[in-house]
Amino acid sequence: MNIRNVANLFVLLFLIWLLLTGTFELTSLVLGVTIAGLFALNFGKNSSVFGKFRLTPKVFVYSLIYLFVIAWEIVKSNIDVALRVINPKLPINPGIVKIKTRLKSPMGRMILANSITLTPGTLTIDIKDDELYIHWIDVKTLDAEKASQEILGKFEKLLEVIYG
Amino acid sequence: MVNTILIMAGVLMALGILLALFRFILGPDVTDRAIAFDVMTVSSISVIALIAYFAGRVIYLDVALVYGLLSFLSVVVIGRYIERGL
Amino acid sequence: MEIRETVGAAVTLLGSVFIFLGGLGIVRMPDLFNRIQAGTKASTLGTILSLLGLAIMNEAWIWKLLVIIFFVLITNPISSNVISRAAHFRGTRMTNKTVADLLSDKNKKISEE
Repeated sequence: MNIRNVANLFVLLFLIWLLLTGTFELTSLVLGVTIAGLFALNFGKNSSVFGKFRLTPKVFVYSLIYLFVIAWEIVKSNIDVALRVINPKLPINPGIVKIKTRLKSPMGRMILANSITLTPGTLTIDIKDDELYIHWIDVKTLDAEKASQEILGKFEKLLEVIYG
Repeated sequence: MVNTILIMAGVLMALGILLALFRFILGPDVTDRAIAFDVMTVSSISVIALIAYFAGRVIYLDVALVYGLLSFLSVVVIGRYIERGL
Repeated sequence: MEIRETVGAAVTLLGSVFIFLGGLGIVRMPDLFNRIQAGTKASTLGTILSLLGLAIMNEAWIWKLLVIIFFVLITNPISSNVISRAAHFRGTRMTNKTVADLLSDKNKKISEE
C-alpha cells in the first residue's frame, strides 16, 4: 500500500469531480470526497504510476513549457500532414523505425509515447523496455540515434526534468 | 454573421463524417472500420457541442463527454479483442 | 462583444476544416497506418479547435469544454495506439511505398532463435 500514490490519485480525481460538477455545495463536495476516496483506495494501492510525481515549482514551470511545446508541435505537424493529404500526388514515404529513449519512469515513457502519437507524422506502435517502434509517415533515416534525435529531441529533455 | 460561419462549420464537419462513413462501409479490414468509427465519433463530439450552442443548453455538453468516453472504451475493447481474444 | 463572437466562430470554422481534412485523409491514404496518421490526429486537432472556438464565444461553458478537450487529448492517442498495435500483430498488409518495418524484422529474429 503506497500512501503517496493513493493521495495523488485522490487529488486528481477530486479535481476532475469539481470541474465536472462546477458547484461548491456541501452535499456535492461530500459526495465527491467519498467517491474520489473510494476509487483512489481501490485503484491506487496496486499501481505505482502516480506515486513518482512530485510537484515542485521547477516541475510546474517545465510542465507549462511542455504544454506549449507540444501544442505548437501538434499544430505544425497537423498542417504538414494536411498538405500531404490535399496534394494530388500523395507524397508519403512511410516505414516503421526504432528509437531509444533515456527516460526511466513508466509515467514519463507513457507521456512520451502519447506525445509522439499526438504529433501527426509519427505514431507509436509498440514499446519494449527503452525501445519505441514508431510508424513514420516520411522516413528520413533508419539509424536509431538520428531518428531518436529527429522525433523526440524536443520532448525528452523536458520530460527528463519533470519525471527525473 | 456568426450563425452563417457556424452553419458553414457544421456542414464541413458533416462532410468529414460522411467521408469517414465511406471508409467505414468500404474498409477492407476490421481495423480500418474501427479507425473510421473512431474518427466519426471524435468528429461527432464537436457536432454535438455545436448543437448545444444552437440550443443554448449546457446539458448537451455532458452528452458529448459521455459519448466520447464510451466510443474510446469501445475502440479499446475492439483493439484488445483483435489482439488476443476476450 | 461582436468581435469576440466572430473570432470564436472563425476558430470553430478552422477546426471544422481540420475535421473535413481528417475524413478526406482516411479515404485517400493507401494503408491502415497512414489512415491512422491522417485521420485520427487531424480530427483530434479539429475537435479541440472547434471546442475552443465555442469556449471563446460563450465564457460560461469554458470549464466544461476544457474538461472535454482534456479527455479527447488523453484518450485519442491511446485508442489509435491500441488499434495500430492490434493491426501490426495481425499482420495487416502495408502499402508498396513502405520503406522499412523494423518491428517485424525483430519479431522474426526472435521466432527464428
